[in-house]
Amino acid sequence: MSRSLKKGPYIHYKLERKISAMNESGKKSVIKTWSRASMIAPEFVGHTIAVHNGNKFIPVYITENMVGHKLGEFAPTRTFRGHAGNRKK
Amino acid sequence: MARIGGVDIPTNKRGEIALTYIFGIGRSSARKILDEAGIDRDLKVKDWTDKQVTTVREIIGAKYTIEGELRSQIQLNIKRLMDIGCYRGIRHRIGLPVRGQSTKNNARTRKGKKKTVANKKK
Repeated sequence: MSRSLKKGPYIHYKLERKISAMNESGKKSVIKTWSRASMIAPEFVGHTIAVHNGNKFIPVYITENMVGHKLGEFAPTRTFRGHAGNRKK
Repeated sequence: MARIGGVDIPTNKRGEIALTYIFGIGRSSARKILDEAGIDRDLKVKDWTDKQVTTVREIIGAKYTIEGELRSQIQLNIKRLMDIGCYRGIRHRIGLPVRGQSTKNNARTRKGKKKTVANKKK
């Protein structure tokens, strides 16, 4: 089921605060976050956010196309190295 | 022979079914089109008058994206997902199910024909 429109998109409040502070001061720095469930809002565009994938932080540069997706979608949690004996191609 | 929506020539079938031969129109949108055009759903396409064919054509042209246009739209959506490098895009790229299905077994529609691996030694 999708989220109620009444609530608006979910963005972790600390993340939102940091982004708006950066937008006001015009500074740019990488923000670390664990909040993979946060929606990417239009204000995020142009910033780089380091999203935790359970192991380390993956830097994600936010472009306009990404608005509306969740941060976690851009930081894969699994590494698939291929099957044994699948080297030929 | 009625020609609606580019190359499709559905005929000799009830209007409701015949319209679904067009890519992008299923049963429910076919019904909506026929109701709007004021044609009985059970009337076969060959019994339509020329005027009825034109109204159907107009309704489809105005309200629905079909065939090539729809196909390219879908491809564009997929391409967007792949370009931004999100999880769904990655799944499209490597040809695995996109919507969280299990891939331990099955998932053959996406993975294609079985690739048998030669017996592992010991």
